[in-house]
Amino acid sequence: MAIITSKVNSRDETFLANKESMQAVMADLQEKAAQIKQGGGKSYQERHESRGKLLARDRIQRLLDAGSPFLELGQFAAWDVYDDYVPAAGVVAGIGRVEGVECMIVANDATVKGGTYYPLTVKKHLRAQEIAERCHLPCIYLVDSGGANLPQQDEVFPDRDHFGRIFFNQANMSAKGIPQIAVVMGLCTAGGAYVPAMADESIIVKEQGTIFLAGPPLVKAATGEEVSAEELGGADVHTRVSGVADHFAVNDEHALDIARRSVSRLNRPAKAELDVEPVKPPRYAEEEIYGIVGTDLRKPYDVREVIARIVDDSDFDEFKQNYGNTLVTGFARIHGFLVGIVANNGILFSESAQKGAHFIELCAQRKIPLVFLQNITGFMVGKKYEAEGIAKHGAKMVTAVSCAKVPKFTVLIGGSYGAGNYGMCGRAYDPTLMFMWPNARISVMGGEQAAGVMAQVTRDGKERKGESWSAEDEAKFKQPIIDTYEHQGHPYYASARLWDDGIIDPAQTRTVLGLSISAALNAPIEDTRFGVFRM
Amino acid sequence: MVQQLSKILIANRGEIACRVIRTAREMGIKTVAVYSDADANAQHVLQADEAVHIGGSQSSESYLCADKVIAAAKRTGAQAIHPGYGFLSENESFAEALQDAGLIFIGPPVKAIAAMGSKSAAKNIMAEAGVPLVPGYHGEDQSDDLLAAEAEKIGYPVLLKAAYGGGGKGMRIVEKASEFAEALASARREAKAGFGNDKMLVEKFITRPRHVEIQVFCDQHGNAVYLAERDCSVQRRHQKVVEEAPAPGLSEETRKAMGDAAVRAAQAIDYVGAGTVEFLFDEDESFYFMEMNTRLQVEHPVTEMITGVDLVEWQLRVAVGEVLPMQQDEIVLDGHAFEARIYAENADDNFMPSTGTLAYLRHPEVSPYVRWDSGIVEGDEVTTFYDPMIAKLIVWDIDRESALRRLTNALRETRIAGVTTNTDYLHRIVSHEAFQKAEFTTRFIEQYGEALHKREAGLPEPVNLLTIAASIIRNRQQAANQDPWSRANGWRVNAAAKHRICLQTAGAEAATILNLEETDAGIYWPEQEISLRFAKDGAVLVDGLRFHADIAHTKTAEGSSRYTVFSHYGRFDASVYDAVSELIHEEEAGSLTAPMNGTIVAVNVAAGDTVTEGQALVVMEAMKMEYTIRAPFNATVEQVFFNAGELVSDGVELISLATE
Repeated sequence: MAIITSKVNSRDETFLANKESMQAVMADLQEKAAQIKQGGGKSYQERHESRGKLLARDRIQRLLDAGSPFLELGQFAAWDVYDDYVPAAGVVAGIGRVEGVECMIVANDATVKGGTYYPLTVKKHLRAQEIAERCHLPCIYLVDSGGANLPQQDEVFPDRDHFGRIFFNQANMSAKGIPQIAVVMGLCTAGGAYVPAMADESIIVKEQGTIFLAGPPLVKAATGEEVSAEELGGADVHTRVSGVADHFAVNDEHALDIARRSVSRLNRPAKAELDVEPVKPPRYAEEEIYGIVGTDLRKPYDVREVIARIVDDSDFDEFKQNYGNTLVTGFARIHGFLVGIVANNGILFSESAQKGAHFIELCAQRKIPLVFLQNITGFMVGKKYEAEGIAKHGAKMVTAVSCAKVPKFTVLIGGSYGAGNYGMCGRAYDPTLMFMWPNARISVMGGEQAAGVMAQVTRDGKERKGESWSAEDEAKFKQPIIDTYEHQGHPYYASARLWDDGIIDPAQTRTVLGLSISAALNAPIEDTRFGVFRM
Repeated sequence: MVQQLSKILIANRGEIACRVIRTAREMGIKTVAVYSDADANAQHVLQADEAVHIGGSQSSESYLCADKVIAAAKRTGAQAIHPGYGFLSENESFAEALQDAGLIFIGPPVKAIAAMGSKSAAKNIMAEAGVPLVPGYHGEDQSDDLLAAEAEKIGYPVLLKAAYGGGGKGMRIVEKASEFAEALASARREAKAGFGNDKMLVEKFITRPRHVEIQVFCDQHGNAVYLAERDCSVQRRHQKVVEEAPAPGLSEETRKAMGDAAVRAAQAIDYVGAGTVEFLFDEDESFYFMEMNTRLQVEHPVTEMITGVDLVEWQLRVAVGEVLPMQQDEIVLDGHAFEARIYAENADDNFMPSTGTLAYLRHPEVSPYVRWDSGIVEGDEVTTFYDPMIAKLIVWDIDRESALRRLTNALRETRIAGVTTNTDYLHRIVSHEAFQKAEFTTRFIEQYGEALHKREAGLPEPVNLLTIAASIIRNRQQAANQDPWSRANGWRVNAAAKHRICLQTAGAEAATILNLEETDAGIYWPEQEISLRFAKDGAVLVDGLRFHADIAHTKTAEGSSRYTVFSHYGRFDASVYDAVSELIHEEEAGSLTAPMNGTIVAVNVAAGDTVTEGQALVVMEAMKMEYTIRAPFNATVEQVFFNAGELVSDGVELISLATE
């Protein structure tokens, strides 16, 4: 037992100020999330429902086991990216339980631009598949989409990670025994037709779902044949004549029931074995994270206070507690699952990087999932540190993170800057799932630092030419840079581009991690083979 | 011939068989039950020391087969047979056969049964014994003057009745002599036109009739006592619904007069054992013999509650020649008792019997004040083969008011789901002002019919719905293991936890979708702005109100989940609405299924017939009532699956229809 004793005073002024600032940020997040959940808006929703169709999120709710959590991924996808309003990138994706099995659900939202695929829609769909493949989660596609968004075809169609990859993934996941189920609840045209056609099992809703390579207008243009959508590719045709779909459903609810039945007979293997103990809640309220962390990234705090509010019983068994203490490592349980935690508690030094590499190796060896709590401005700079080989020590940590095959979960709880991002399992290091707190920021370096570097370069140039640069002008020069960094480092900007899998409420971190770990255990934990560590 | 009984057979089933077993066991007498196929695991079989299977589920193949019952007694060495009520209890040839077989019939002598078997003969015997009968003139002489004189003799008001009439035609109530001539003329005209015969009867018209019966008991030595009366006025179609003892407002003198008359009646036929003399009782406390029941009555417990006598014990003693344990002056009345008959029936649907599994049964705690006589426990089946009575709820207290309060509460604590019961209906009866004030007649139910079908206000519907929804959520969560995915907490990213529950209440046109959130305060229903949570002890906390409720979860015949909230506010039912099964149901609307287990009486159509909406297709009989299955729309009959006389079970397809 190594219970963390919290030193936080919830009446402390800083605590209260932090809490208030965080609550404001959370309120904005929840408001936007609520808006995103409205899909294409009231009038589109009403029109959709008037056709007897359920909304994408209602379909998911109906599909899931009663009361099942739904770990929505990429909620902020495409937020403020396109001229068009494309909430959630027009596709709702996430993990939920169906007939006791965790499944990846990808549901087109036809109220958002007819469910057409924007570049980020494709990216999100592929990311969902990637997670499913990684975690061995059966995929259920609730198809209701007009296919590729034609004006953006160059960003959607031709490249490796574009539309075609969806079907590549379906085939390869199926090959790995990861079930692919498609429910055709609306349009499923052209390339989209391959979603049900490539699925292991497909369901289609009568007078609602259609599957065809070319719709009636295109058919008429091409051959002059006049045919209705239902005749061309309706449920009756496909379940009775063509065999493109397997099950005939009379409406959405019925189709979702059939999908549930399909999942109930998937014969899924048992989850990976992991040391599990009875769940104990943390000893301290999860909501207190607000008051500890606040929104000012420059203010330091002890990350153990955060850990104490995430792990079972606030019990955190530290590893190398007295060595390289700007990185905190240790074992704990989240919802009973044994995990290794790697958390920043300041800038990374050589020792902390070595400690991190050691700990990650240890967890990979023991097949213990890793949780990274990332709040890092970077590695220490300067002559002394370069001389002691901080680059090679950092490289060790990056090698360890890169090669570790245990499930990895990264939460950006503060800054995510520079090489710190790499060592702490940033997006490029393939965390199984990665989330961001609404107060976090991500960029190659801090806005101030970037502006400072660029101002320094500019000043040097000016000085070489013998020009002077007033402090006022310099500030004018720096401000737009700072603003740009702030804008582009913001969670909304980041999550909109799917640099992570979603922005989450700090107070929900424990739940998110618990669900994530449990879902990841659907795949066996592989053996790790590390690359060469530079010694 | 005094001998000790050591083993008896009970030729009955259900609560009365259990009732007899209880007393026999207390007396150290072994019991033998008999049972049909359907009753193989019934309570009376489980409670008896031995049990003998005597045939098929239909009573005619089992409980009504005298020879099988006698053979069972012989086989097990039972010395006597208790017939209970119904079945063979008033069958003289059965009693006779027992005599021949050397078995004791725990009931009256054969002759006494025979004497009371015919109602008109019984009346003649009673008239001779000086037991009052409803005064009347049934003679051949039909002259106006004679009829008027007879009316005068009977005393006004009188009832003029067409001798061959019916349905109220040719019937007149005459209040006074001056109106007699005119009433007679018009009644005759109507009778002539209606039945082709204008012969008239004149009878005393009883303005406010009550059904008051006297419990009598006689031994083989000529001793007879009466054990006060029971008021059984609250009846529906001559079926007693609520009984009480003593009869409210009955004077001591009348009690004695009635008791004496009843004893005279019993002695007139050399009666032995427990018997009941039923009287029509008028407002002015005059009473008239109706009939005598030569058996133990269903409602005997109310008498036991106020006299402290175990009537079954007396029956067992008297049967072997013991002297009555008490003399008349030793029988002292104490307090007041009620009995309410809990039936599996739908009071709101023409008292249609309800069959099925009694999936949930909680009854009020048994105490010196509350008695629960039943042969059914939770999980048992209520079938169409027998009377659908589930239990008799009997309460006692020091006076009528206190006993009535107890009855009202006990009915609320009688919580049954799985089959529809009449408990709410009974509650409305006993809560009715007229019942409370004992201002009732045998026409009570007829008179207040509508009011008795009006639901009490109870808890507001949203509270009931939310209670059910919250309990559904609680059940799910309690079933969860520790995996965070199994917690059924409706968790969502960046939003409150969500639950969506769709409930359909009986009679509602559409289902209610409850979009709920899980908050610290409990389950919140934003649309209604109410939160609900369960306290540690299971009490419901809603909107500042705390109350105890039982929430029963049962399955409907279609397999959907049904929830019932029971509280002191009454009961509330709702089913989990399943859009898909509803839809599939709609798609299958072309088939017609049996509404309950029963027998096909008539099939009016054949394959290929064209039928119009509302046309009677099949007639079924169940529980002695007929049900007609009608065409729901214009159609052609595709197939008919059953013939008249066949037994069908609930939900089977009877006929399939095709539309154009």
